[in-house]
Amino acid sequence: MAHSARRDSPKLPDFSLLKRLAKDQLVYLLEQLPGKKDLFIEADLMSPLDRIANVSTLKQHEVDKLYKVEYKPIVSTSDQLCFLIRPRIKTVKWICDVANADKAAGRFRRYKIIFTPQKFYACESVLEEQGLFGDVTTDEWSFYLLPLDDDIISMELPEFFRDNFLAGDQRWVRTAGSTLHLLHSIYGPFSKIYGIGRCSKMVYESWREQVEEEETKARQAEIGNVFLIDRDVDFVTPLCSQVVYEGLVDDIFKIKCGCVGFGTDATSDKNVKVMLNSQDKVFNEIRNEHFSNVFGFLSQKARNLQTAYDKRRGMDIKQMKTFVSEELKGLKQEHRLLSLHISASETIMKKKTKQDFQEMLKTEHSLLEGFEIRECISFIEEHIIRLVSMIESLRLLCLLSITENGLLPKDYRSLKALFLQSYGVEHLLTFANLKQLGLLVEQQPGETLTAMESKVGKLVNDKTAGKLTDAFSSLAKKSNFRALSRKLNLVPKSDEEYNLRVPRDMAYIFSGAYIPLSCKLIEQVLERGGWTGLEEVTRLLNGHEFSVTGLLIRRYICREIK
Amino acid sequence: MSFITANWNPLGDAFYRKTELHMCWNLRDSGLRDSLVAAAHYGGPIALLREPQRRSPSSRPQLEIYLASGISITSFPWKSGPVVHIGWTVTDELLCVQEDGSVLIYNLFGSFKRHFSMGQEVVQSQVLEAKVFHSPYGTGVAIVTGSSRFTLATNIDDLKLRRLPEVPGLHGKPSSWLVLTQDRQTKVILSNGPEMFVLDNTSCTPVCPPGLSPQYGSVVHMCVSFSYKYLSLFTDTGHLWTGSSNLQDKLSIVDTKKKTTPNQMVWCCRPQSQQLSVVLMWDRLLLVAGICGDTIQFPVDDPCVLVGELDGVRIINSTNQDLLQEVPLVCQDIFKIASMAPGALLLEAHREYEKSSQKADEYLREIKEQSMLGEAVRQCVEAAAHEYDANTQKSLLRAASFGKCFLVDFSPDQFVTMCRELRVLNTVRDGAVGLPLTHTQFKQLTLQVLIDRLVYRQFYPLAIEICRYLKIPDYQGVSRVLKHWASCKVQQKDLSDEAIARAVCVKVGDAPGVSYSDIAAKAYECGRTELAIKLLDFEARSGEQVPLLLKMKRSQLALSKAVESGDTDLVYTVVTYLKNELNRGDFFMMLRNQPVAQSLYRQFCKLQEQETLKDLYNQDDDHQELANYYITASYREKRLETRLSVLQKAVDEFNKAKNEFAAKATEEEMRLLRFQRKLDDEKGAGLLGLSLQETMEVLLSLGLHKHTEQLYRDFRLPDKRYWWLKLKSMAEKHEWEELEKFSKSKKSPIGYLAFVDVCMKSNNKSEARKYVSKVTPEQKVRAHMVIGDLEGAADAAIERRNDSEMGAVLSRCSTADCLLIDRLNRARVSASKK
Repeated sequence: MAHSARRDSPKLPDFSLLKRLAKDQLVYLLEQLPGKKDLFIEADLMSPLDRIANVSTLKQHEVDKLYKVEYKPIVSTSDQLCFLIRPRIKTVKWICDVANADKAAGRFRRYKIIFTPQKFYACESVLEEQGLFGDVTTDEWSFYLLPLDDDIISMELPEFFRDNFLAGDQRWVRTAGSTLHLLHSIYGPFSKIYGIGRCSKMVYESWREQVEEEETKARQAEIGNVFLIDRDVDFVTPLCSQVVYEGLVDDIFKIKCGCVGFGTDATSDKNVKVMLNSQDKVFNEIRNEHFSNVFGFLSQKARNLQTAYDKRRGMDIKQMKTFVSEELKGLKQEHRLLSLHISASETIMKKKTKQDFQEMLKTEHSLLEGFEIRECISFIEEHIIRLVSMIESLRLLCLLSITENGLLPKDYRSLKALFLQSYGVEHLLTFANLKQLGLLVEQQPGETLTAMESKVGKLVNDKTAGKLTDAFSSLAKKSNFRALSRKLNLVPKSDEEYNLRVPRDMAYIFSGAYIPLSCKLIEQVLERGGWTGLEEVTRLLNGHEFSVTGLLIRRYICREIK
Repeated sequence: MSFITANWNPLGDAFYRKTELHMCWNLRDSGLRDSLVAAAHYGGPIALLREPQRRSPSSRPQLEIYLASGISITSFPWKSGPVVHIGWTVTDELLCVQEDGSVLIYNLFGSFKRHFSMGQEVVQSQVLEAKVFHSPYGTGVAIVTGSSRFTLATNIDDLKLRRLPEVPGLHGKPSSWLVLTQDRQTKVILSNGPEMFVLDNTSCTPVCPPGLSPQYGSVVHMCVSFSYKYLSLFTDTGHLWTGSSNLQDKLSIVDTKKKTTPNQMVWCCRPQSQQLSVVLMWDRLLLVAGICGDTIQFPVDDPCVLVGELDGVRIINSTNQDLLQEVPLVCQDIFKIASMAPGALLLEAHREYEKSSQKADEYLREIKEQSMLGEAVRQCVEAAAHEYDANTQKSLLRAASFGKCFLVDFSPDQFVTMCRELRVLNTVRDGAVGLPLTHTQFKQLTLQVLIDRLVYRQFYPLAIEICRYLKIPDYQGVSRVLKHWASCKVQQKDLSDEAIARAVCVKVGDAPGVSYSDIAAKAYECGRTELAIKLLDFEARSGEQVPLLLKMKRSQLALSKAVESGDTDLVYTVVTYLKNELNRGDFFMMLRNQPVAQSLYRQFCKLQEQETLKDLYNQDDDHQELANYYITASYREKRLETRLSVLQKAVDEFNKAKNEFAAKATEEEMRLLRFQRKLDDEKGAGLLGLSLQETMEVLLSLGLHKHTEQLYRDFRLPDKRYWWLKLKSMAEKHEWEELEKFSKSKKSPIGYLAFVDVCMKSNNKSEARKYVSKVTPEQKVRAHMVIGDLEGAADAAIERRNDSEMGAVLSRCSTADCLLIDRLNRARVSASKK
């Protein structure tokens, strides 16, 4: 993700602008409610907000106390309450409860809800239903994009995946369209847009609509190519274990909005919060390295540091003075970071060099290559029986299903039964959801589906039939992973030795076992300047590809919540 | 040309002139006699109600409407009640105040728009007099009733009736009264005999204008200036008092030497007037009385009507129309005889130049010597604005253009704008259009309003021409006209829906800012639903179509358009609307065909209306989802019995969905719950809600082996799981003997490496060692390594001749184990040779 500083790459657009814009708007909104006020912040907005405006900024604009939204009665004594929330019905209902409780107690307060990134009619209708439309003012904070690093921006919309792909709720499509619009209006026109997937296409169309509504001025393009890729085009990549440094840090310590909290086991003292981005010199050099290289690198770095420190021996006073004023601070800083990353690596080593992890990687690789599937299944069985980790078990199950184009009915049942015995029957719902998403399915005898399809098709008119077919194909979406992998050469031949120190392709991030499909797609499209020649591939990916002459990097957290 | 000053009359130090305006009417013999006349300001339309006293059904009063140029627009017999007063609103609508207090509103073309009433009590007491007045709030109506009470409505578009306080001693109507707006308040000034009062919302205050002592007699007529700034009062002794309308200052008192009350009295002034004056009209005389005391007299031989304007007075009689105004200062400067003003010299210079006379140069030189050429050009341009005659305008503008040639860096903007504006003004002053606006009025009215007025008169092509000529942005110009045109077009009853839709589409095309849905809404208002739907098809933004479609009860179409728009908020709006509008069955059926809307509604129900969600699934026979719903619901139930019954429902639904697996799993869960409950009751184990595995773990840790066995058999647990459970539990409790016994009970289904692992986890190396020998050959090396026995591991690896295993052992060797390393290396070499 982070750029490897190629000399011929153009300069990056200044994404910190987005931060400034968001901050200014937030301040403006806070000023709309003059006087002292308490601010309630939705839990998952805490970290993003922290990146935009810190507590002292908020205090400057007369925010008295800060609370996290906890869906409990409140204890605030302020006469003005401000709520910074996502447009979720549940949260709005809670606010209604708060306001109604005040009313019942004969207490008068002013309430203001700031929805981010936008408000939805459904939320406002809750206010209306509860008879509070007049008492509560609402506003929008169009905080669409958070720059996580010099070259990564994120929408930070955790429910996008679930709403869009599981529930078929398309309300976020417009939000994504507005996001593109924001980029477009700040950084000038995009020279080319490529996309694949239904959702991407809708996002593109929504954006077009918004652009057409206003006049366009000729501007210099700061963003060249834009790729829109549906998450469901490439499920395999997020299902594989990460083995580069940044990925492992995320696995163990959880990176939130580019910020990580190293626990007590990684640092000698208490929890330390550290920003992980390219400003961190040490991290920047190891983030994309395969973990096996990281130690070597760090020790080299430590030696260099020592030499730099040693320089001061034999210095005269003047030299010493310049050394202290110019270099020492940098060295100290580097020293601190280095020791942090070394202890983090140690923790990672402790957890990840265990036999279990090695076996899991082996299983993953076998699944990707399609060898020794039975052994993989018994590994997964044992994994489930021993309650190693629920999420990991599900992850392996999904990977198995996608690479094998669904599980054999016998395996599907027995694995499911094992899982339910281990983790409880409520996971029937989890499996139902995974099935709907096409992440974990049973192999279907091919004919039954098409027969049913044509039968239903005859009953209704053509248009709906088209929609039905769509629905069916998403229901029983074939992953076609094997065919894709052959076509695009996603799994490098295993008989050759893969040198992780000098990676020859993108597969190094999975120890040479797999090239991420989405990255490969981008590479191929850029090489060909379009989708021509990739017809077979797009067919396997269920189509909906487009390219328009006219970068959004999106990260969805792909974790199924029951 | 040279006689431009021929119609100038001096008044004090200013001049007044009467300009004839285009008028082409020729009223029948009666002329303006016996008629109610209303002529709108700013060259607006004229309405006549002839013989309003006629009441018999056989002979009705006639209502006639004309353009200001006298062209008849419409004429029809008045069939409603007796009319007391007529007047025009600012949007060119005609108000007819009837005796019973109801006010009827007609448009320019005589079609009835709506009506309102000035109050119930008026029906009894009747309206004696009424006035229509204009204020910043719009057009208002004031009446005085038979019970001598005043009622005001300040804005007829936002009707709020205000009954003013009673006036002491007033019976019948007052001798004179008027309405004025002052300090954002609307007041009535009235005179009753010798007394005068100011009436506002709350009080009635007697007043005495400064300098108007009782000797001048009582006020019988009054009028207020166009800007509500000045007031004039006429007394029965023939004196005319003028002063500020707040009655604070007096301007003058003039003796007109006429004892009779004038028919009409109107202020004649202009912005930056030098000499204000009041125009009074009697049957045979028109008197212009300046506040300086001077007067001008014009004879009158035909009844006429005075219309006060911003910068003068229009005088309309049965044959022609004049504009009486003070000559603007700049025109005086230029045209006054022997004027030496720079503009006058420039005009003269140009005249000489056209005659090819060298005198032109002399004049120019003279202006240039005073370096007044810029000023001269400006004067000519400005004067042209105030001249009504096109030839005079031309000569002035030519002179300006001529003078401009001798100037460097002189901005041409003023000149160009003026040329354009005059061209527009000359066009609208034309008889056919009939808007005799002066330039001052035009500026006050603004171009926007002028275009509106053209639109009211349905001069669409002209309005569009003007917009294009003056380069108004389409949004405010052409599009607006087209919108009005289309709204008017859809009301044409004689055309078919198809023809109208086509015509509208051709003309409007995709002009920016014209909303087809607005036009369609208009069509729907006129009862043309089909036409409305046709028009909506042209609307590019599907979101815009939705509200009207809903209004027209085309809910199906509305829903699909909303979905098409991609705006989920809109879809949601339609869904909530439909939910209230349709019965449940129809509503669900409709959703069924719209998956996007359906999933939105489901999301909503999940959070807001769980019960509806159930109905929704029921309707669709979606047993799988229904079962899932029950599963979720079961977790909300506190009591075990209800929980079990909800789960049973889930089982039934799973069966219907042919999902035997899930049905069985749910049944097992129910069995487990019952089992847990039983044990909880017996032993207080706290099992309820745990998974099967967790339950067994708890049981084992409590030492309830019999029950564990029972579960193992009842739920037919795989041996592997059972062994793992036992193994872990025994190791945790350090029951090493038991463990050994267990390991020997039969062949382990999970192998013996697990035993080694578990023992090592409890740091019991000696116990672990016991099991190493039982491990399968493939796992031997690993087993040895787990217990830290490198030598054993090396032996095993060498025995198996496995290169990678030997490598793994090697990597664990430290430098102290040189013997071992040596051995391994040798073994590797020999293995690779074979």
